[in-house]
Amino acid sequence: MTSPKQKAHWEATRSLMIIVMAIWFFFAIFVFCIGEQINHIKFLGYPLAYYMTAQGSLIAFVVLIFWSNSRQEKIDRKFGFSDADREDD
Amino acid sequence: MAKSKFVQDLPRIYTIYTGGFIAFIAVMAFAETQGLSGKNIGLCFVGFTILIYAIIGWLARTAEVDAYYVAGRQVPTVFNGMATAADWMSGASFVAMAGGIYFNGYTYMAFVVGWTGGYVLVSSLLAPYLRKFGCYTVPDFIGTRYGGNFARFCAVLILLLASFTYVTAQINATGTIASRALGIPFDVGVWVGLVSILLCAMLGGMKSVTWSQVAQYIVLIIAYLIPIFWMSWKLGHIFPHVSLGGEVERIVALEAQYGLVKNSAEALKEAKVPAGLSSMSIPHSGVPAGAMAAWKYVSLAICMMVGTASLPHILMRYFTTPSVTSARRSVAWSLFFIFLLYFSAPMLATLSKIQLLDPNLPTAIIGKKIVDVQAIEWVKNWTAVGQVYIADLNKDGILQLNEWFMRDDVVVLATPEVAGLPYVISGLVAAGGLAAAMSTADGLLLAIANAVSHDIYYKMIDPRASVLKRLTVARVLLIVIGAAAAYVSAMRLTGILGAVAWAFDFAMSGLFFPLVLGVWWKRATRSGAVAGMLGGLISGTWYLYYVGPTFMNQTPWLGIDNLRFGIIGASVSLICMVVVSLLTKPESEAIQQMVDDARIPSGKIVMTQR
Repeated sequence: MTSPKQKAHWEATRSLMIIVMAIWFFFAIFVFCIGEQINHIKFLGYPLAYYMTAQGSLIAFVVLIFWSNSRQEKIDRKFGFSDADREDD
Repeated sequence: MAKSKFVQDLPRIYTIYTGGFIAFIAVMAFAETQGLSGKNIGLCFVGFTILIYAIIGWLARTAEVDAYYVAGRQVPTVFNGMATAADWMSGASFVAMAGGIYFNGYTYMAFVVGWTGGYVLVSSLLAPYLRKFGCYTVPDFIGTRYGGNFARFCAVLILLLASFTYVTAQINATGTIASRALGIPFDVGVWVGLVSILLCAMLGGMKSVTWSQVAQYIVLIIAYLIPIFWMSWKLGHIFPHVSLGGEVERIVALEAQYGLVKNSAEALKEAKVPAGLSSMSIPHSGVPAGAMAAWKYVSLAICMMVGTASLPHILMRYFTTPSVTSARRSVAWSLFFIFLLYFSAPMLATLSKIQLLDPNLPTAIIGKKIVDVQAIEWVKNWTAVGQVYIADLNKDGILQLNEWFMRDDVVVLATPEVAGLPYVISGLVAAGGLAAAMSTADGLLLAIANAVSHDIYYKMIDPRASVLKRLTVARVLLIVIGAAAAYVSAMRLTGILGAVAWAFDFAMSGLFFPLVLGVWWKRATRSGAVAGMLGGLISGTWYLYYVGPTFMNQTPWLGIDNLRFGIIGASVSLICMVVVSLLTKPESEAIQQMVDDARIPSGKIVMTQR
């Protein structure tokens, strides 16, 4: 059976997943739904929608994964389910 | 578990390797100044790198099941990231992507977003949990989570369909590059490519493939970035990614000045422009107007992202890490290494375009006299092989923007020559393209052969087979499947891009929801998963047949064309899976327990491999 601790751990993990999916949705889909409307804005000299598809969203994905990993590892440690001690690579 | 000496030595080994490769480039550059011909430089680059990969493949040979299927589960995070990046970036990413951006602009860049954003799904939804399961292959997960040979068999079927369409494109690309560099016919080049691929994979399975993929990543990223930075420096931009805004603006101005004209089909036919060559007719940085155009972009990006998270040859790379946490970290590193190439591709397209367009640059050709342009060395070379074409449509003797035609691939392959870089860079780019195609082909062939040998042969036909017998079967299958793929690609059935996008659509149609819901929804049942896999696969394939230009060629619904059929397949898959799961009895206590165990990183792996 699942222990209460395991339940709480999964709930925290699921909340983090939902936050990550929301940020992912913003940078992967929403920005490009309004691409036509934001392309006149300049960023670093690039048109904004062009910049997002060429670099911006990609940078956001990289940052998002590293950030969510560190959050997830904190959750794992908090509930005592971390396996990071097995191998410190 | 103490780290082995080999793992501790890895950073040193690959630093020496990288240094050695750079020294090799320097030697070639010196040889070029001493009069070594371009053809021989290409030969040296291709021959030398294939030799290195083969040596790595041989050094990593193994007779252990764990090493053959999951590289002994000891691949450190960062190295697995590099190996995944090489596994991921195909010949198409390396050779064709910048060209696609060059000619098709904003909408094409949905591929760039799709092929990176998918890793967020891999990291959050799948990789750590599949690693905790401890399976050898992706169908192994389906077979264990849902139980029963039929579910396993369905997963193998989808894997075969997705990976096989993909691998033929890779062997095709390997053959093209090998034939060009070695000066042999394409059909022979395909078989030479296959032998090189098998040399990396056969003796050590996943272990050999992992360490040669790391080596291939280093070659391909050096080969991709050097020309970009070199060209950028020539234009006075130290770091191209942050400082090309002005050049993008300049291209917009030049497009307006020259005029973007879409040639009519009749004009192209009359001027005898070869098929597959394009002229610049789509704005470089403009967003096409309208909701339909936005949907076209978003739907393509969704297919590529969800497809990424369902492709078995990528997911299985995360079975090789030492722990669940390291699997998750390794996804982040994979994306980082992939990102280095993908966020450079639009910069390459920009730099390459400005070289041809800007009349202030010595390399410009648009607006010049056609006789002068035809006398340029690289134009002559690429025209001779039918990759470049000039048609004086308005007969004024001046080259207009819509009178210049190239094949997409030429953008990457010819850019060093266009920008006036030495030939050694072209040799380097050929080696990079080969590394990209070979590493992806390796991963795909292994994914197919392992699924058949482990899931079909060992789990379903002969569960008592000895280790020796299992590994022999795995190797024989690798050769047979490789030969079949080479045979099919020698027939040249589809263009590279069509096949690559289809692989993503097949994978997402059949596998995405059974995989994700297997972890995230305990109520998902065996019948539900089977319904999801078959429903998605059948509806997706039917839709592809319905809209495919070479099949029924019907008008797509809502702009969902043959590149996007995964949208239909995955939706049907989700509905079938949820409905059937709710109609059937929940899975047993043991299965529920298994899912709970997979959700926490600590503890033993869920299934035990014998």
